[in-house]
Amino acid sequence: MSDFKIDDSVDITDVVCPTTFVKAKVALEELDDGQILSIKLNDGEPVQNVPRSIKEEGHQILKLLDNGDGTYELIVKKVGD
Amino acid sequence: MAFSNEQIERYSRHIILKEIGAKGQKKLLNAKVLIIGAGGLGAPVAMYLAAAGVGTIGIADADEVDLSNLQRQIIHATKDVGKPKVISAKETMNEMNPDVTVNTYHTFVTSENIRELIREYDFIIDGTDNFPAKFLINDACVMEKKPFSHAGIIRFKGQLMTYVPGEGPCYRCVFKNPPPKDAVPTCKQAGVVGAMGGVIGSLQAMEAIKYIIGQGKLLTGSLLTYDALNMDFRKVSLPKHTENCPVCGTHPTITELIDYEQAECDGAL
Repeated sequence: MSDFKIDDSVDITDVVCPTTFVKAKVALEELDDGQILSIKLNDGEPVQNVPRSIKEEGHQILKLLDNGDGTYELIVKKVGD
Repeated sequence: MAFSNEQIERYSRHIILKEIGAKGQKKLLNAKVLIIGAGGLGAPVAMYLAAAGVGTIGIADADEVDLSNLQRQIIHATKDVGKPKVISAKETMNEMNPDVTVNTYHTFVTSENIRELIREYDFIIDGTDNFPAKFLINDACVMEKKPFSHAGIIRFKGQLMTYVPGEGPCYRCVFKNPPPKDAVPTCKQAGVVGAMGGVIGSLQAMEAIKYIIGQGKLLTGSLLTYDALNMDFRKVSLPKHTENCPVCGTHPTITELIDYEQAECDGAL
């Protein structure tokens, strides 16, 4: 994670689909073009779907890190405003 | 303003939409819409706008809930008979969505109070059931430069159009004056199917939402008519802007609001 300057982070492990994506989307909308968001998400459905949905919105996925405890950190660069 | 987890969940199906997102939902929460008439049209408009999270909704109506209203005015329940419609409406809206501030005006909207009333709102809904009120709302919105949605329903038919200042004709450009009183059927002669209010009122709510989020094309410069029996929607293009319209034309002759005399029992709802 030290590769990136994280501007903001959001934890979506406490919600289920589709609120996972919605919560991540709300956090992204708060950022400016080019800023970086770190999203903590659960294994399974969230890790399969949330990165894909974020990509569809036009943002850039930089990295997916396995925390080794059933959760992941998804590093996203906001594209556009 | 940051969203609470509850708001994120409540408005998730809006926020997911590209055309709305968190920004659009904030616009809705910051918007102020005034609904004139808490009847067949006003009921679905008020319910959909409250559910959508339009932050401030004004509702004006002088009447009390009558048993004969319940066939179409779905914001009121049997227990509300006798209650001011604005109070009954407010209770339903607050139960649906506590995010919404509902301002009630238990009064007739007249030339005396309408300009002041609409001034603090961003968008006006005409949910009235008579021609004098429709012309009054139009003229006041033109004078105060407020966008509004006109609609009317009767029997199995309905119509609507949207006025945005400077972007198309006003109601009076299209319908010069109220019809003569004897040309209007009384409510006993006319009748209306309850679902007509649902169809046309929902379209009015949609116009208000599109205006607030600034997406899509509004029904400005066109009149949409709906004939339920023949299942026929028609979008009629209207002349752009009537130069000699007495209220929104280049040299307006109507500069003061008019309280037209109301037929004892107008038919349009």
